Amino acid sequence: MYAFNYHKPASLEEAAELMANADDGAYLSGGMTLIPTLKQRLASPSDVIDLSGIEGLSGLSLDGNRLHVGAMTRHADVAASTAIPALADLAGRIGDAHVRNRGTLGGSIANSDPAADYPAAVAALDATVHTNKRSIAGGEFFTGLFETALAEGEIVKSVDFCVPDSAAYEKFPNPASRYAVVGVMVARCADAVCVGVTGAGACAFRATALEEALSADFTPGATDGVAIDDGDFNADLHASAEYRAHLVAVLTKRAVARLI
Amino acid sequence: MNVTLTVNGTEHTLDVPDNTLLVDVLRGQLGLTGTHVGCDTSQCGACVVHLNGDAVKSCTVLAGQADGAAVTTIEGIGSPDDLHPMQAAFRDNHALQCGFCTPGMIMSAIDLVQKSEGLDEQAVREGLEGNLCRCTGYHNIVKAVLAAQQNMAQGGN
Repeated sequence: MYAFNYHKPASLEEAAELMANADDGAYLSGGMTLIPTLKQRLASPSDVIDLSGIEGLSGLSLDGNRLHVGAMTRHADVAASTAIPALADLAGRIGDAHVRNRGTLGGSIANSDPAADYPAAVAALDATVHTNKRSIAGGEFFTGLFETALAEGEIVKSVDFCVPDSAAYEKFPNPASRYAVVGVMVARCADAVCVGVTGAGACAFRATALEEALSADFTPGATDGVAIDDGDFNADLHASAEYRAHLVAVLTKRAVARLI
Repeated sequence: MNVTLTVNGTEHTLDVPDNTLLVDVLRGQLGLTGTHVGCDTSQCGACVVHLNGDAVKSCTVLAGQADGAAVTTIEGIGSPDDLHPMQAAFRDNHALQCGFCTPGMIMSAIDLVQKSEGLDEQAVREGLEGNLCRCTGYHNIVKAVLAAQQNMAQGGN
């Protein structure tokens, strides 16, 4: 690890100020991606700004049909929650127990790893991302490979999700890392069907062609014949773009099968 | 920077560089070498300790993040004359071969058993996903955790 200055601010204002004054700062939440990246010398920030000392960024609360999840809420705490069983299921399948004891929702989505699990839920559950500056619609949050709509220095405070009538998350995990080769969340919320996909493309997205087919006929077979454009899909040593497109269809079918 | 850690019940205030990892404090500064570094890439789990009661990979926690926290290492759960039920179960079930992964396995397994009820073989295997045994001795490790679950429920730790 290269040397850096470590800070643990007590407020969002102090954190933002430290970032503004740093040559090349990095926010740290659970550290389950950033610390391995630092150790491999793939990043060399001048300042690491730990957000764990800021009060009020963790915990879950239900407000009508919206579930409010603080950005510093750990995967283990979401996995143990009951308001949205599909979200708890998703969180309980991230990494391993030790990762879930440290990793956070805010850290995961701010990183926008194409193979992370939470982005599928942000896409599928009509999420809103609240930052220290504004609120961002879930559909506009992920903008590309490790890219989000967050401005320089902007901090995710919380995310709220629609509590769906029903939802299911299906994932084809990489057998070594448990990252999603592809992950699909299917959610039904007031007659609308949402299909959030992670792992397949540069960042999470909604599969609108599948949503239309499932809105007309909510059965696994309804996805047959729906063309999934893999032109922009990821292709690497784990899976080709064509294979990922196939997984999107298969995992969607499995999710739907669990919901009927 | 200064960090204060309560390790196995004893408070220590230490002056460390900002980029120090928790595992390096434990092993290098406090001499608690029971916690192992296997992969150093956050995958193998040999370095697992309890941080405020949760199993974490101490090679992937900065000392600053642990400031003010309570840490329990393999040295803090039992002694050669008074083994923790999980340690005793590992011994009784021949759940260690080379022994390198054992401290992390035991710390993970204790956290798993403490936070779960009625674990079966599959749940133990899934619960220990983050711990690798290069001897591939998983079968007896799972047996040991299932045995310890019973002993811990009957009044152990």
